[in-house]
Amino acid sequence: MHTLADLSLGDAARIVEILGEDAVAVRLMEMGLTEGEEVQLLGTAPLGDPLEFSVRGYRLSLRKAEAARVVIARPAA
Amino acid sequence: MLAASSPRTLTVACIGNPNTGKSTLFSALTGVHAVTGNFPGVTVEKKIGSLKVQGIPIRLIDLPGTYSLSPRTLDEMVSVDVLLGRQADVGPIDAVVCIADASNLERHLYLVSQVLDLGLPTVLVLNMWDVAKDRGIHIDVDELSRRLGLPVVTCEAHRRQNLDAVKQALLDVVEKPPRPPHRVFSTEFYAEIDALRQEIGQDTPHYIAERLLLDPGGQIENGLTREVGERLSTWLAASRERLRAAGCKIPAIEAKVRYHWAREILNGVQAAPSLRVTTRSDRIDQYLTHRVTGLVVFCLVMFVVFQAISFGAAPLMDGIEAVQGWVGDAVSGFLPPGPLRSLLVDGVIAGVGGVLVFLPQIVLLFLFIALLEDCGYMARAAFLMDKLMTKVGLSGKSFVPLMSSFACAVPGIMATRVIENRRDRMTTILVAPLMSCSARLPVYVLMVYAFLPPILLFGWLPLQGTVLFAMTTLGAVVAIPVAWVLKKTLFRGETPPFVMELPSYKWPSPRLVLHRVYDRAKAFVVRAGTLIFATRVLVWAASFFPMDHAREQELAAHIERLEAGGANDAEREAAVAALNAESERLLAQSYIGRLGHLIEPAIRPLGWDWRIGIGVIASFPAREVIISTLGTIYSLGGDVSEEDTGLRTAMREASWPDGRPVFTIPVAVSIMVFFALCAQCASTLMVIRRETNHWGWAAFTFVYMTALAYVGAWITQVVGSWLAA
Repeated sequence: MHTLADLSLGDAARIVEILGEDAVAVRLMEMGLTEGEEVQLLGTAPLGDPLEFSVRGYRLSLRKAEAARVVIARPAA
Repeated sequence: MLAASSPRTLTVACIGNPNTGKSTLFSALTGVHAVTGNFPGVTVEKKIGSLKVQGIPIRLIDLPGTYSLSPRTLDEMVSVDVLLGRQADVGPIDAVVCIADASNLERHLYLVSQVLDLGLPTVLVLNMWDVAKDRGIHIDVDELSRRLGLPVVTCEAHRRQNLDAVKQALLDVVEKPPRPPHRVFSTEFYAEIDALRQEIGQDTPHYIAERLLLDPGGQIENGLTREVGERLSTWLAASRERLRAAGCKIPAIEAKVRYHWAREILNGVQAAPSLRVTTRSDRIDQYLTHRVTGLVVFCLVMFVVFQAISFGAAPLMDGIEAVQGWVGDAVSGFLPPGPLRSLLVDGVIAGVGGVLVFLPQIVLLFLFIALLEDCGYMARAAFLMDKLMTKVGLSGKSFVPLMSSFACAVPGIMATRVIENRRDRMTTILVAPLMSCSARLPVYVLMVYAFLPPILLFGWLPLQGTVLFAMTTLGAVVAIPVAWVLKKTLFRGETPPFVMELPSYKWPSPRLVLHRVYDRAKAFVVRAGTLIFATRVLVWAASFFPMDHAREQELAAHIERLEAGGANDAEREAAVAALNAESERLLAQSYIGRLGHLIEPAIRPLGWDWRIGIGVIASFPAREVIISTLGTIYSLGGDVSEEDTGLRTAMREASWPDGRPVFTIPVAVSIMVFFALCAQCASTLMVIRRETNHWGWAAFTFVYMTALAYVGAWITQVVGSWLAA
């Protein structure tokens, strides 16, 4: 299972699902991380966490723990 | 309808995502006519402005920026209550202005879709129209308006473009017949909603029923379950299960359906370049969030902010103190020595000065915060510092408030408003006063240079400087376990998500920046300043009464006559010495003095005598007051500074009745430790009360810090004495 936390810098992938039904999962979905959306990893903070993504045309920062809740389809080689 | 002679005031709520320019639009519409306060019982800021459109008065309510209207906490519930007209101190809402970012419309339509479910007359404002154009995004506004069934107005709030169209649309929308209900979910879903309203009462607003079903464990479910009982939870669980079987999985269904709706609405309405244009903002971001250049810029920015609030503010603060002294002298010139003069000079004027002296730091800090926030850098600062702050259980958003608290906790605590998670914000507020602020320095300087020998430790480390440094870092070091304990006990809960938008960079709007600064400064003076002033006057009264000051006043008048008459120095010095001795006697026997004697048994274990006790009590308004109190109590008058050699000598010579010196090195260090950890700053406590909207938290801060300070001072004294032996 691949998640957004496994994405390499500059890579993009499509979302398969968000794990869990708690407040964090809902928040991720509200921010537009829904099934089928494409997400790209743009960068990481100096200590390696949090991560910066591009989704729905804007920039979103997620901690690794939150990024690991977002299951992605294996990026096309 | 005929125009009435005095038209009814319309109440309009303003809602939108964070970083959409909502505040800019709000201040552009209402100008300076805005009042800020708190909604009762919560920490949400209530901001109400007023404007007139074609003679019709409008009350505009600025709701907190939010990505969604699904309340999970009491604070988030406020917006829903206001919009549904259930907030008693606001009343029914006539219309809603929903602000969206035209350059990022799809995501913003999520909130729009929720607002439409409320069924209120709504105007959609597409702000940042210029940014959208720069990105090559084109939106067919007329078609969008037709599809949504709402007036849609484009706007560039920071350039004050098209404001009249926004105002006109507001008036028009109120007169329009109601829209057909906005229904994006499946028929099965609405069948469940109908059944639910049968269950809990038909008068329940549709939106409340919708949220009840959509938000498992949300604020509305929790609130209503307490009212209605467990049968509601059972009913909801069964209902959600029925929907799940029908392929409508809660809570995931909401984002899926609403974003699908948003894409359908924009299909054919919005034309955006297929490849995202790399904007200037993207290029800037490559450097500002970079591992190396990002950190370098961050350190530079924080250095400038810190220098500005700690050293840049100093001349202004000196200026305010100088004016205070000048006004005090002027009043003294008019009035003969007496209770009235003392009340005016030492109580009222010193009290006003004690409030105004905070303004330079507040104004400068909020100038920087408003600039950094408005240009989009604040989110990057939180992004860069997050990992570090998670180690103490906080998030990157706590960094700037805590750093600012090293200059002064008052603006630092006021800056915690950027932290939207309540538990993180409360923890940050409660530990902020532990950061070593500039008011502690005089106490350290007095003790270090009076009692510590200027020797080198291990032959190279200057002892005095090392102790000064240790004292400055002590609070921050203690704050780490305190924050940890607070997060494990009072503010326990799951780690709040750090799901944060990194907005595009833009030029800050000077108007909005100045507005924010003015707002903060005004809020401080009006809401906290009055309390700070009252505390000062009370402490003045406690140190003035119940003694008869006739002789002191006589001596003061005598000195004034001597000075006017050009008497010789010896005669003047004798009179001053007599006056200082009398002031000491009066202070020692005042209410504060009696309290100092009273607590002597409690502070004896710290090695302190009643004089130190008086100093600690009298410095409740502000730590540095201990210097002038010690000056008075050692018969040197209140006008001494921490570098006064007379005061140092008097303290070195102070002794217990049996002849042992009071101030040993362990005692001096224990006083410093006490002042590093105590909450002897009424201004901080008043600001905590204002920011948390509760006296309890101010009291809690005072109690926990005093306990820490006492224990810290006691350990210092015991260990120090053992080392010295």
